[in-house]
Amino acid sequence: MNRYSWFSVLKEGLTGHKGWPRAWRDPEPKPAYDAIVVGGGGHGLSTAYYLARNHGMRNIAVLEKGYLGGGNVGRNTTIVRSNYMLPYSTQFYEFSLKLWENLSHELNYNVMFSQRGQIGLFHSPAARDAAARRANTMRLNDIEAELLSREQLMTMIPHLDYSASARFPILGGILQRRAGTARHDAVAWGYARAADRLGVDLIQNCEVTGILRQGNRVTGVETTRGTILAPKVGLAVAGNTTLLTDMAGLGRMPIESHKLQAFVSEPLKPLLDYVVAFALPGGHFYISQSDKGGLVFGGDLDMYNSYAQKGNLPVVEDVAGCAMALMPCLGRVRLLRHWSGVMDMSMDGSHIISKTAVEGLYLNTGWCYGGFKATPASGWCFASTMAKDEPHELTAAFSLDRFERGLAIDEKGQGPTPNLH
Amino acid sequence: MLRIPCPFCGPRDHAEFTYLGDATVTYPPIDSTDQRAWYEAVYLRDNPRGPHKELWQHVNGCRMWLAVERDTMTHEIKSATAAHPGTRAALAAETAR
Repeated sequence: MNRYSWFSVLKEGLTGHKGWPRAWRDPEPKPAYDAIVVGGGGHGLSTAYYLARNHGMRNIAVLEKGYLGGGNVGRNTTIVRSNYMLPYSTQFYEFSLKLWENLSHELNYNVMFSQRGQIGLFHSPAARDAAARRANTMRLNDIEAELLSREQLMTMIPHLDYSASARFPILGGILQRRAGTARHDAVAWGYARAADRLGVDLIQNCEVTGILRQGNRVTGVETTRGTILAPKVGLAVAGNTTLLTDMAGLGRMPIESHKLQAFVSEPLKPLLDYVVAFALPGGHFYISQSDKGGLVFGGDLDMYNSYAQKGNLPVVEDVAGCAMALMPCLGRVRLLRHWSGVMDMSMDGSHIISKTAVEGLYLNTGWCYGGFKATPASGWCFASTMAKDEPHELTAAFSLDRFERGLAIDEKGQGPTPNLH
Repeated sequence: MLRIPCPFCGPRDHAEFTYLGDATVTYPPIDSTDQRAWYEAVYLRDNPRGPHKELWQHVNGCRMWLAVERDTMTHEIKSATAAHPGTRAALAAETAR
């Protein structure tokens, strides 16, 4: 397997691009592995990569029921940021952002991480106070943040509706300059290729249909491609978490599955240099422009429990309304595609990276809307949890039993209402 | 758009409703000190892929709370009745009359 470099691009360019090998193998599943990661999305693939890279586990497999990166890692709005408030979240997401900053070099794969800055708009004096508090909290955690005045915003993003008649009059924004976007598919493919180079078996079209236990120990999984044994099994299956934990007999989970839609417009010339977001009663919206020129944007959940990867029209109307309220110049822009993914909405809006009541079975779930930005750190910490059989220090607080112990990590202060996080 | 057959108003678009969640959850008595029971009621959900009984409120209609049986994979709605047992009984009596 060759390394990608300017030299290889030059060589292939001069020889008709006939020498590129496939990016990863397509192996048959072995009867047994040292560890299995269920779910070939961003988190599963990064977990496998860090299991091999950080912990020297080479005899491992990722099992994916469809194709690699076909779930939420290929269905999100690609925003990466670390502007959190609560201690555990700030540290975890900042660690993730630092991994992002070197990810293309680390993986030898261009994930097109673009630190263009993310701006959260505020629309009232109270919201400005909240933004100032957030910025201060971030700075206290050594994460840069700055408040922007309305005048600054008008020079940075001239196309927003700054008129007096705006539906949500803009007073200013909070900016994290190191935040930005990444090419979502490239993240999945980059981790897949890097994991494969370290000897990880990536097995596609292999759906887990049962989890094997001997007493209180996990011993492997039943799949559509036969029984595969392993003393350690990690679940990173997002919206399908409950189906897998039911197979393992773990009991009910603090998770509801909801669907979230995302949208991309036809390609436009450069229009929007930042990621812009706002959230207030009556509107929730985030938008950025991809390197191909398409505007990538999204809003709220569809609000009702669902495992169907298909969105409903009221949310389309709502998101389009938010887009028009923010950037009236988008009125004639046509939508290219829109799609929906199944979110693992947790009861406090924070993720779960944890050991479980079954020995050798580990859980990675509850990412709500925010799993994409966590991809590197999630894999890093989950791999450590699986390899050492003890929580990683950055995710020890994000254990499955935190709800029972009264230690929920509720960033939004929304309470146990999964669809409102 | 889902069409919810409201027993009071007839079939209506789901955009007229707000969603609360799993209708099978029952809280312990308010003076209960059973931590485990509270934990299970507040935090744990069946989250099935398939038939799901759930609470919707017809806020932009009759404002009644409804218990709706809906499939979380196909979004097919099987039934919708008044969520409160007393209202349900009164509705049944009214229909029978």
